Amino acid sequence: MSQRTATGVSLDIAGLTVGYGGEPVLHGVGLTLRPGEVVAVLGANGAGKTTLLRTLAGLVRPTAGSIELGGADILTLRTEDRARRGLALVPDGQSVVAELTVDENLRLGALWRHRGAARERAIAEIYDLFEPLARRRSSAGHQLSGGERQMLAIGRALVAEPALLAVDEPSLGLAPLIVGDVMTALRDAAASRGLTVLLAEQNVTSALSIADRGVVLSLGTVVADAPADLLASDADLRHAYLGF
Amino acid sequence: MNRIAPSLTGAPRTIVMGAVLTVVAIAATFGLDPYRNFQLATIVAYFCAVAGLTLLVGLTGQLSLGHAALMAVGGYAYALTASLATDMGLDGLPRFLLGMAGAIAASTLHGLLLGLAGARLHGPYLAGLTLGIAIALPAVTAQFSGVLGGDQGLRIDRDDVPAVLSRLIVVEQWQAWVAIMIAGVVVTGLAAVRRSSLGLRMRAVRDDETAARLSGVPAGRVKVVAFTLSSVAAGAGGAALCFVTQSVSPGAYTLAFSLLLVVAAVVGGLGSIGGAALGAALIVMLPWLVATLTDLVDMPAELEQRLSGNLGLLVFGALLIIVMLARPGGLAGLRRGRRTRRTSAEDPTPPSGPDAVAATSPTGATAADPAPASALREMPANDQPRTPQTVLQSPTERER
Amino acid sequence: MDHLLFLIATGLARGAIFALFALSLVLIWRAARIINFAQGAMALVATYAAFAVTGMTGSYWAGLGAGILAGAAIGLGVERGLMRFTRDSHPLAGIIVAIGLVMVLQALLGIFFGQQHRPMHTPFSDSPLTVGGVPLLSPYDIFVLVVALAVMGGLALLFNRTSMGLQLRASAFSPEVSRVLGVRVSLMVTVGWMLSAAVAALAAMLLVPTELGLNPHSTDVLFVYAFTVAVVGGLDSPVGALLGGLVVGVAMTLVTGYLGATFAPIGVLVLLVVVLLVKPGGIFSMREARSA
Repeated sequence: MSQRTATGVSLDIAGLTVGYGGEPVLHGVGLTLRPGEVVAVLGANGAGKTTLLRTLAGLVRPTAGSIELGGADILTLRTEDRARRGLALVPDGQSVVAELTVDENLRLGALWRHRGAARERAIAEIYDLFEPLARRRSSAGHQLSGGERQMLAIGRALVAEPALLAVDEPSLGLAPLIVGDVMTALRDAAASRGLTVLLAEQNVTSALSIADRGVVLSLGTVVADAPADLLASDADLRHAYLGF
Repeated sequence: MNRIAPSLTGAPRTIVMGAVLTVVAIAATFGLDPYRNFQLATIVAYFCAVAGLTLLVGLTGQLSLGHAALMAVGGYAYALTASLATDMGLDGLPRFLLGMAGAIAASTLHGLLLGLAGARLHGPYLAGLTLGIAIALPAVTAQFSGVLGGDQGLRIDRDDVPAVLSRLIVVEQWQAWVAIMIAGVVVTGLAAVRRSSLGLRMRAVRDDETAARLSGVPAGRVKVVAFTLSSVAAGAGGAALCFVTQSVSPGAYTLAFSLLLVVAAVVGGLGSIGGAALGAALIVMLPWLVATLTDLVDMPAELEQRLSGNLGLLVFGALLIIVMLARPGGLAGLRRGRRTRRTSAEDPTPPSGPDAVAATSPTGATAADPAPASALREMPANDQPRTPQTVLQSPTERER
Repeated sequence: MDHLLFLIATGLARGAIFALFALSLVLIWRAARIINFAQGAMALVATYAAFAVTGMTGSYWAGLGAGILAGAAIGLGVERGLMRFTRDSHPLAGIIVAIGLVMVLQALLGIFFGQQHRPMHTPFSDSPLTVGGVPLLSPYDIFVLVVALAVMGGLALLFNRTSMGLQLRASAFSPEVSRVLGVRVSLMVTVGWMLSAAVAALAAMLLVPTELGLNPHSTDVLFVYAFTVAVVGGLDSPVGALLGGLVVGVAMTLVTGYLGATFAPIGVLVLLVVVLLVKPGGIFSMREARSA
């Protein structure tokens, strides 16, 4: 953990509008993350969380707005170049490359960041962080359990030592017990590396349990932006937008 | 068309239009000399096959690279049954009808077999299978040379102009008439299918086979029927060509000719029957035009020979590429497929949550994608299946 | 019996070429999810380039090298100039563009070089060596087998042991995830096309000297055979291409040897139909394993 090249950076999103046609999915979304901050993006199904993260990663092009990572405009960069600037997206659906082994998946994540021995060291660190993966090094992605897949997806993002980690619905499709493990691992990784984390979740309780701050999206707009503990205790807000 | 016959709708209107166009085409033969009538007869025979192919590709998304071989099936079957009829002492109309019946029976059978294979295959596999058939045709005729005549093929007796017309027209014009009538019947049938609910089911299968299945369209059966119809159209075209040229041989139905039929279908616009007519005219007239032009220019004999054989091919290949790359919008069918894929690849509506993910099936049938189902219920039978969600998605295209 | 041994031995050499060409189809399929119907015509253009260079330098090896480079260059040009633009379209668009390319390339070859067959020479003797009185492989057949196996081994190493190979595989399996991880997927697709076209060019250059000669249609049948091999072996499976190639090569040589040359295309067609109907994913395909 000594020679970290990258630590968390700030993220500034302003006036972001994304439309697949017809009604925009995001209307002028603004969001600021301080370096090292863990922010949960909450909202019901269809609120625009996935679109926000995919736009951030460059997989979807916005019609208006700006995205700055560590003060630099990244809007014109392609997805792969954003990744090389330190933006790591963990897409939803435990997205590992099913045909590759655990080791190959991690190697792929580390490829552009590390060479030779440094690469092996970075991969070894991930195996320390996610012990279940260490036992399955040469298993193919499709042989893993849902929880293992999610760990691999997060580990593969971390191995590149990103400055900002964007995680889309890590709890999706996992058993409650496993969700707890994944969230804890995410929090530990963020804390030990000083990462900035943007966590999109429908599972409000577990997301707020590790977040500093929560942002609530509803129908493509930000309707609340408050410290996590405040949000967790605001019954009105929960009723209105989070459905419990 | 609505202004011409406002009261006619659906199949009756298609039939009336087909009959009118057939009569117009027959009338037009009076303005042509014998050679032009021969060319017209050829175009019309190709038209049958191209119409069948364009319907297959444009409506169901199945590509056949062996439609020339299916024309050959019709041609050989016509020649064999017509010769049999001659041996039985028949001639004239009975012989012709028997020959056509033979051609249609044979191409139905072949289309059915290929369709059964094709229904289980994805696009590239079917294209490769039909390519194999096109390559194997000369081998088949050589292997069964006793019946099929090997490389020489078969020759049949010429049908003369019927006595009542013999003062009015010459034989080339009569042959054009017969070809036009065959095409009239075949293509009107195809046009009716295209406008029918079967045509809608074909589009549903093309756009998203899984979604179509889920909404109760028997995708396999629809594809088999489509391939069979397409094969019958090609077989009828082969029979017409056999009637006009009094011969059928493997050399006339090469792989190159199969590819020309694809060119005709694509350049005319996949799924468009009017376009098929234009495409058929193009593949007959362009080589002739190139030959005429190279004749005009003074050049060494060897170069002229090389150009005359290849310049047409070059133009056709370039046309195929240009149309496909530059004008995909003209190809109604393939553009739709593109949208469906784009959406599934690019995160459709923002799905976040278990039910959204369940609806976003791996085949790309997104939650907002009941198009084939709604298409069956709501859409009027017209060329452009623009479902509400097609409109919804179009600006995604514009982003690029 | 001697005849049978001879046929099996030459069938293996022939099959190695089919396998190599089928492998090139598998490479493109894995990189871009396209069956490149223009692969034969593209390889043929590279073979003409090899023929020209050999004619100028008098060296078979210079021609072979030039042909492989020409193949890679053609792959680059076709992917960047044409196929890239069909990627977001219906899969049929790529096939139709490839067919247009076949027509253009064959027409250009016909215009510039004519339709006549130009004999190509082998670097080694092609008359069979006799082992214990039985004629078996010719030195050229042995050369073909060695080259084919070496190329396949090299590709296996490239894909399984190098970073480039890892990126090529990841891009093929999951383009979007790969991009998110910083892999330049579109570069990988181009590399896949270049590799594939170079391998196809090599296969065509190995085949043509054993046939009538070089002509604008020399690779038509090779493509159909290799397509059959790729389908038999499973389009996703390089190992399938190798085994399928050897099986088809031996089967075709036996059919030709015992039933006559005209039977071979029918035999291929029958094989293709049977495999497509019984096991459309290919005999050696991993698809079942993957969807499980």
